[in-house]
Amino acid sequence: MRLSELPLEVEALPGAMPAFRVTIPATELRELCEQARARKARLVALWGSDETRRGDGYALHLALAFPSGLLWTEVPLPEAEPVYPGVADIYPAANRMQRATADLLGIAPSADADQRKWLRHGAWPEGVFPLRKDFDAAHRSEPGEDRYPFVPVEGEGVHEIPVGPVHAGTIEPGHFRFSIVGEKILRLEERLGYKHKGIEKRFEGMSLEEGAKLAGRVSGDSAVAYAWAYAMAVEGAAGCEPPARALALRGVLLELERIANHLGDLGYLGNDVALSFGFFQFWRLKEDLLRTNARLFGHRYLMDAIVPGGVATDLEQHKADELLEHLANIECEVVTLRSIYDEHAGTQDRFIMTGQVLPELAERMGLTGLAARASGIARDLRVDYAFPPYRALDPRAASHTRGDVAARASVRFDEVFESMRLLRSLVPQLPAGEIRYPLEEPAPGARGVGWVEGWRGEVFVALETEEGGRVHRLHPHDPSWQNWPLLEHAVHNNIIPDFPLINKSFNLSYSGVDL
Amino acid sequence: MYQLLKQVAETGIVTERPPQPDEALRTIEQRLGGAILAHFGRALAIRHIDAGSCNGCELEIHAMNSPYYNLERLGMRFAASPRHADLLLVTGPVSRNMQVALRRTWEATPDPKLVVAIGDCGCSGGIFGESYASCGRVSNVIPVDVAVPGCPPAPIAIMQGILTAISDARGR
Repeated sequence: MRLSELPLEVEALPGAMPAFRVTIPATELRELCEQARARKARLVALWGSDETRRGDGYALHLALAFPSGLLWTEVPLPEAEPVYPGVADIYPAANRMQRATADLLGIAPSADADQRKWLRHGAWPEGVFPLRKDFDAAHRSEPGEDRYPFVPVEGEGVHEIPVGPVHAGTIEPGHFRFSIVGEKILRLEERLGYKHKGIEKRFEGMSLEEGAKLAGRVSGDSAVAYAWAYAMAVEGAAGCEPPARALALRGVLLELERIANHLGDLGYLGNDVALSFGFFQFWRLKEDLLRTNARLFGHRYLMDAIVPGGVATDLEQHKADELLEHLANIECEVVTLRSIYDEHAGTQDRFIMTGQVLPELAERMGLTGLAARASGIARDLRVDYAFPPYRALDPRAASHTRGDVAARASVRFDEVFESMRLLRSLVPQLPAGEIRYPLEEPAPGARGVGWVEGWRGEVFVALETEEGGRVHRLHPHDPSWQNWPLLEHAVHNNIIPDFPLINKSFNLSYSGVDL
Repeated sequence: MYQLLKQVAETGIVTERPPQPDEALRTIEQRLGGAILAHFGRALAIRHIDAGSCNGCELEIHAMNSPYYNLERLGMRFAASPRHADLLLVTGPVSRNMQVALRRTWEATPDPKLVVAIGDCGCSGGIFGESYASCGRVSNVIPVDVAVPGCPPAPIAIMQGILTAISDARGR
């Protein structure tokens, strides 16, 4: 078949989301990316794989989101010299993904691209590639030196503040290098990768059943989004469609996860502007919701609730009633709290015009998810591709154009209310029937994609199977890959005491990108 | 302002009773004496270190500060620097990229100090295990007094772990 946006012969991938596959030579990669960019397609993910055991060298993979669906592009690379022309000048978000792929697989962009390491610190030496098939996962190297070439900023009155990896609060580890004049931030350079714990290597050879548990722990705050994206990929590869009741329940779980995270973030946004009232109120509501989750679904964060083929726990009628009643109580309190936030002069003074990302920059850099919706990009997979069960619900994407902390807070409030509305439609009308179908073992080399709008943004999973229904290669992709570089822009010219607030307003994942 | 005060008054006090220590959570014999522990019990400074978790355990550590658990009423607060800390709360598995940072943070914490490992990964390496990128359990890198299992452990279980670490089993 032909892709509707480009003159390209593609193969449709089975699954819940519209997705296509194409293989192109490395010489055509840049042209494809340029044409895709011109047609407003965005880069969702870039990763690599080792196909040497099949005698096919290595491969670079790109996921591009066109209005008609997702294009999984594969670029075979020779074993002797796995080099491709970099695309970070076309899609800036590709920069760190290219560097991570080089660290893990030795697949490198050509010399004109940024060649600095990204995920490799001192845990394994240069020239060793953990995601190659001949690399033994149990291999240990002595911790080596980690010399990372930060960009030095010079000039009168400029000084550096290095922060992390261990932060002052309860936050994931990462390093931030601030160059400041007085208290104004001239430049922020991020260094991540501290949490790299070998998730992709761990997936290799896992059974598809086991993989579900690991997928839910790529980024613990998005357990549902990852588990769903993973299940969607497995079901696509196996050619199985889960029962309608399971799909509706997945929608319920995803919206509950969205509400819980937004409540927590709204509390912390209050806390970071010294409105501790906000923290205590929102975290009381969040705790109420987590306890309801535990009571109804057996886990506070809904981990392991979604499994390939369906869901693990049903929601009986009396539990559904309890959930709706509980959500109505929370919604009523959030209405009150929003009006308190909106009218609190000190809070608004700190929120408005702080950490701004204007729509033009957001579009150019490829900002995604809730942060993009606060910067005028009203994209939301639930709306744009209306995968089941959203098709029947007519979901609306929240949006704001100012792109500051206030806008990101406002989008969170709007999304809490929209999720409440979706739940009010979903829960009373759960389709009758089973909650899980058994899965047939997918053939070796079967592929599937999962693509779900989590609370932070689009979570993407690409899967290829091998013999025995096991994972040959699985790449889980967090929207934070796209959004971390924008944080460096958002803090520019802000004062250093506002950094925690701006950072919290994005609330990006470290574990999800360090893998 | 009226609306804010009204909301506070209507919410009332939601704080629940704290849990009791559980000796089963100890991984090694109590190292510190009763006199030191008695001091800790009144004013304990905690430093959290995420050494490579999925961020799930962090959510529950945050939740411990919610009004339901209200950690501060027990004289416990989170310190911004390990140099101010009496107890390190460590989530893991310890990634190899965090191994040096964890070790240095532990060394920067003045003696006497306690370490509580949080979560299945902190206790055993969990689903991530040991590999080229993961050192596995926290006690593979620094000495651990108390380990709290769970994926993630609920706030009440984490509180219980901390209370166990500062309780004097010998003096009872």
